Amino acid sequence: MSGQHPSTAHATPSFPWQYVIGFILSLVLTVIPLWLVLDHVWKPTPLVIGILLCAVLQIFVQLFMFMHFTHGDGNGPAYQTVILSIGFFFAIIFIGASIWIMSFGYQVQ
Amino acid sequence: MNPIPHWGIFITEPMILGSDVMIVLVSVAIVFALTKFRKWGWLWREWLTTVDHKKIGIMYLIAALLMLFRGGVDAELMRTQLALPNMTFLDAEHYDEIFTTHGTIMILFMAMPFIFAMFNIAVPLQIGARDVAYPYLNAISFWMFFLGALLLNISFVIGGSPDAGWTSYPPLSELGFSNGPGENYYLLALSISGIGSIATGINFLVTILKMRAPGMTLWRMPLFTWSVLAACILILFAFPALTVALALLLLDRALGAHFFTILHGGDPMMFINLFWIWGHPEVYIVILPAFGIFSEVISTFSKKATFGYGSMVFALMAISIVGFLTWVHHFFTMGSGADVNTFFAIATMVIAIPTGVKVFNWLFTMYRGRIRMSLPMMWAIAFIPCFAIGGATGVMLAVAPADYQYHNSYFLIAHFHQVLIGGTVFGMLAGMYYWWPKMFGFLLNERLGRWAFWFFNIGFYVCFLPQYALGFMGMTRRIYTYPSGLGWTVPNFISTIGAYLMGIGFVFMVWQIIYSIKYGERDLTGDPWDGRTLEWSLPSPAPHYNFATIPTIQGRDAWWLAKQGELSKADFLPAKDELKPIHMPKNSGRPFILSLWFFVLGLGLTFGVVPMDVIAGIGIAYCLFRRSFEYDTDYYIPVDEVIHTESALGRLQG
Ligand code: HEM
Ligand SMILES: [Cu+2]
Repeated sequence: MSGQHPSTAHATPSFPWQYVIGFILSLVLTVIPLWLVLDHVWKPTPLVIGILLCAVLQIFVQLFMFMHFTHGDGNGPAYQTVILSIGFFFAIIFIGASIWIMSFGYQVQ
Repeated sequence: MNPIPHWGIFITEPMILGSDVMIVLVSVAIVFALTKFRKWGWLWREWLTTVDHKKIGIMYLIAALLMLFRGGVDAELMRTQLALPNMTFLDAEHYDEIFTTHGTIMILFMAMPFIFAMFNIAVPLQIGARDVAYPYLNAISFWMFFLGALLLNISFVIGGSPDAGWTSYPPLSELGFSNGPGENYYLLALSISGIGSIATGINFLVTILKMRAPGMTLWRMPLFTWSVLAACILILFAFPALTVALALLLLDRALGAHFFTILHGGDPMMFINLFWIWGHPEVYIVILPAFGIFSEVISTFSKKATFGYGSMVFALMAISIVGFLTWVHHFFTMGSGADVNTFFAIATMVIAIPTGVKVFNWLFTMYRGRIRMSLPMMWAIAFIPCFAIGGATGVMLAVAPADYQYHNSYFLIAHFHQVLIGGTVFGMLAGMYYWWPKMFGFLLNERLGRWAFWFFNIGFYVCFLPQYALGFMGMTRRIYTYPSGLGWTVPNFISTIGAYLMGIGFVFMVWQIIYSIKYGERDLTGDPWDGRTLEWSLPSPAPHYNFATIPTIQGRDAWWLAKQGELSKADFLPAKDELKPIHMPKNSGRPFILSLWFFVLGLGLTFGVVPMDVIAGIGIAYCLFRRSFEYDTDYYIPVDEVIHTESALGRLQG
């Protein structure tokens, strides 16, 4: 069954710099919004934009540093690219539609 | 966290005291039996540490049936309380707990493991694989589900069950209204088992995309496998929304955040929005595999290829995409505005189109087929009228202005039971009867199964049709009693009779299983139904490694074509000189132990016992650490052993 199991690659690993850098970046991108909120650094509108920006950067860090977005295993198409694109599509819909659905609150206030 | 455990409840309530005693007695009996018959080692080696998809499937099945029983008892208790006006069989608090655990258990701990049972049992065999893509992860998924389910189930006897409904809307589920540990149980049990569900979604997605036998192109895959692919896409993108909703609510309760409180800028409506971003796809997650099973069963028992294979695949995919665009229909009455409601109402109605296509395809498959009325086929045929009514009432609910009338009435209750029982449960039972011989090597008794079928079916209509009327008469969901003189008494009483009939049906099913374990006819051919897909080319039960040599697939329903002489049957039997050592994953106890730590963590968080959380956290980290540095994860079955097994089965060629 060798070759069939995507999980069993036995190459000798070199030091995983990519993961370490990714890890640090993801921590930084998490701490920044927390600090922005806790210390009331910005007004609401720039604050929301700042948080969203960090979130989007975070997505890219996760995809490229950890999740091998573009790597295939040389064995059939790189399905993960398709699946992750669907993921992007749904994420945009969920966020966009949620803003649309929930914005009725402003009329009440 | 700020829980006030109702320790007193341990002894004051006779029902809970009774359950305590029962649980202790049953546990003692199990421990005693395992010790007496020296079965501890067997239990550990064969089940607790297994990574074999066939065994994991069986464990999912047993768990699902147990949870069907537990949820069913809840249902009978509720129906008893509602049988007549002004009953005092259950008080309000108790009734609230029971409808909450009933819904939660039936969706997450009955329907989900039941579909996962079918995934595990059938998918690798149908696509010609020896296991799933990540067998170790598969074991983790199972044990996370199992211990998550256990966590919710013990809430009844330790500290009190959640009582804010299976939807757990804030503010009711916030500390102000649910101050006990019950709601914590709910949040943690669902979070833990949710990890398992997401992992299963990924696992089967990869399995189906990457592990198919040579020649098994996507367009040659059996429709059940297609339905699993569609369901996995739904799981992958829907479950994270639930995880987020539960995590934020947990933060509100445990750390005093204000995501869903009215105070300090929170918004309870956001929970409802997040919950249904998951919740609507979830109903399709549990129905699509049932659709897949109906396709397999109806084509097998009509001896015809499924009518409109391509349109079936297209419909599955369309449902899995459009299924993500309908969630607001669960809260039209929130009042997001006419534009929002219109969009989601239309999207909801659009889903009925591919669903209708599938129903017509099943009918055309049966048309002029040679139909055999065995148990799987009976459940499949019973599904069609039931789902037609459920779909039609769904479309009625989807009319946003009309939904202001129906919403949260018994009309809604009748709708979703019609699709969940008539769709998912009928489907899973059809699948269970269909693949039972493949799992266990014997057939289930047909006569007892027919009794179960008729009691359950007739009971179903008697129970739920009156509820549509009750909805129109103004009866709302989640009320624990009602006065006389509203005209509700007769329909409620009839409905309760129906619930009891279904209970009798379930008892027949248990009887059938126990009877067949003793006297069931053995399946010596491996192909008792004259099947079409690959799993029926294997002996029953399939050997540990499934396929001695991986067959090369030359058509859709290849096994059927081989039996018709259009393809060579020899392709499906191993030839002695072609055998090679078989690469298999090793068993591991860690998935079980890891999940036990999660259970301890969940219990600790539920009651706010910090040392317990710290210890469990260390345990989890240690398990993950050990796994990261483990290289000895697989082994080879030597050719001799394969020859031995295959010739004992009389399958070896040359
Ligand atoms: C033609 C297909 C369907 C349509 C148009 C439809 C429509 C709807 C609508 C509009 C509601 C919300 C009503 C309200 O809250 O007032 C609803 C509720 C529900 N539906 Fe369906 N539905 C369909 C199929 C299904 C299927 C296949 C399932 C599950 C297998 C399902 C399970 C549920 C559940 C569980 C609820 C209620 C949840 C709750 O509030 O507790 N539906 N449906
Ligand atoms: Cu829905």
